[in-house]
Amino acid sequence: MNLPENLRYTTDHEWIDEDGRVGITEYAQDALGDVVFVELPQVGRALKAGEAFGVVESVKSVSDLYSPVTGIVVAVNTELSSQPELVNLDPYRAGWIIKLNPAMDSADLLLADAYRSQIEGA
Amino acid sequence: MKTTPITKWHQSHDGKLVEFGGFQMPIDYGSIMNEHAAVRDKVGIFDVSHMGEFLVRGLGTSEYLDNLVTNTPSGLETGQALYSPMCYPDGGTVDDLLIYRMSDAEFMMVVNASNIDKDWAWVMDHKSAWPLVDLTNVSDETSLLAIQGPKARDLLQPLTTINLSELAYYHFVPGAMIAGVSALLSRTGYTGEDGFELYVASSEALALWEKLVDRGAVPIGLGARDTLRLEARLPLYGHELSESITPLEAGLGPFVRLKNKADFIGRDALERQKSQGLTRKIVGLEIQGGIARAGYQVSDATGKIVGIVTSGTFSPTLKTAIALALVPFELASIGTRLAVNVRGREAPATVIKTPFYKRG
Repeated sequence: MNLPENLRYTTDHEWIDEDGRVGITEYAQDALGDVVFVELPQVGRALKAGEAFGVVESVKSVSDLYSPVTGIVVAVNTELSSQPELVNLDPYRAGWIIKLNPAMDSADLLLADAYRSQIEGA
Repeated sequence: MKTTPITKWHQSHDGKLVEFGGFQMPIDYGSIMNEHAAVRDKVGIFDVSHMGEFLVRGLGTSEYLDNLVTNTPSGLETGQALYSPMCYPDGGTVDDLLIYRMSDAEFMMVVNASNIDKDWAWVMDHKSAWPLVDLTNVSDETSLLAIQGPKARDLLQPLTTINLSELAYYHFVPGAMIAGVSALLSRTGYTGEDGFELYVASSEALALWEKLVDRGAVPIGLGARDTLRLEARLPLYGHELSESITPLEAGLGPFVRLKNKADFIGRDALERQKSQGLTRKIVGLEIQGGIARAGYQVSDATGKIVGIVTSGTFSPTLKTAIALALVPFELASIGTRLAVNVRGREAPATVIKTPFYKRG
């Protein structure tokens, strides 16, 4: 399972990078299957850590997306409107979902190893 | 939870197992989109061994069956099959099924997995007028493999001496030898493509499955089975048909024989519904800006809630969100603008012609 060391992870299977970009993990995209629709929040929206900010729909299921940290949405990946499959194909780069201006440190989120033990224990 | 002879194979070949109709079944093997495309373009194989099979034989069988279902099994020739709803006296639907005529007085009913127990009780409860009819539930010892897609015939033909091009749609050959395995070979399916279904002894199902996969049949899970049947507008019990949805409301009028047939269970109610006119109907919807799912509410142009989505998905072939929905009859004509409530937001929806997909 590809879990880049530079990212921080949540138990809800989101990741956040040092620039505040947020997406879902390799594990999450595999579990969901083919992503066909991503509902994105408005730029400027204030999110609390753990707050639902959007939805990712695969052929078979609907899943909420949760913000890893508190912050303001400064950008959304509009590419996903026409190419939602980027979430499957490249979950850590082209498949990013939103970019936050975090109002808190993400240091207390999971490191790659801790997240790995969580999903392997599951 | 029940398993099929192929459950372990699914598990060891990346099949994601889920509970369906009391069975552990694969929802997909990685990608519903790819599996869907394999059936539309080439050939796929489905383990549908969870379906139930009842053998019905003895004096009076064809009359007994004619009374039980809305279509006319007595009109079948030996070697022919039909699709039929089976109704309650009030016209609501017990199940929808296939009926095969094996000989003059021997038939096989194929029912939905989730309804096996209910159907068995129903068919036993309604045989008192036909004391010589004998029913056997052979669901456990019977497995079912479906081979579907434009290349289904090419895949199977080298494995059997039966000339498949001469086997007409909804016809079958009992005791056909397929790769050395005895099967009831039927030209039927639930995908909107050409294809075959093979009823085999459960003890031989895994070996036959492996042979067919080796020859290039792509394993397909229940996820793609659902998207394929929905594009072809084939009903699914519990969605388009239920205890409270009649076959007429589901658009299955051609399978309800109100003429040229003796009495059957539900006839009076269905005849009344037909003569008074339907008040609601299942329609096809195309949805913009969201995916409709079963249970989502449908509203009219004024925002009033008028109906409910019975099945909805992203259509892998059409690359758009499609759904079937139960709506008032006056809102059922092609082109009617409706909306589906997708997580509190009104997604525009238009009534469109079905089937959503028809093979070329």
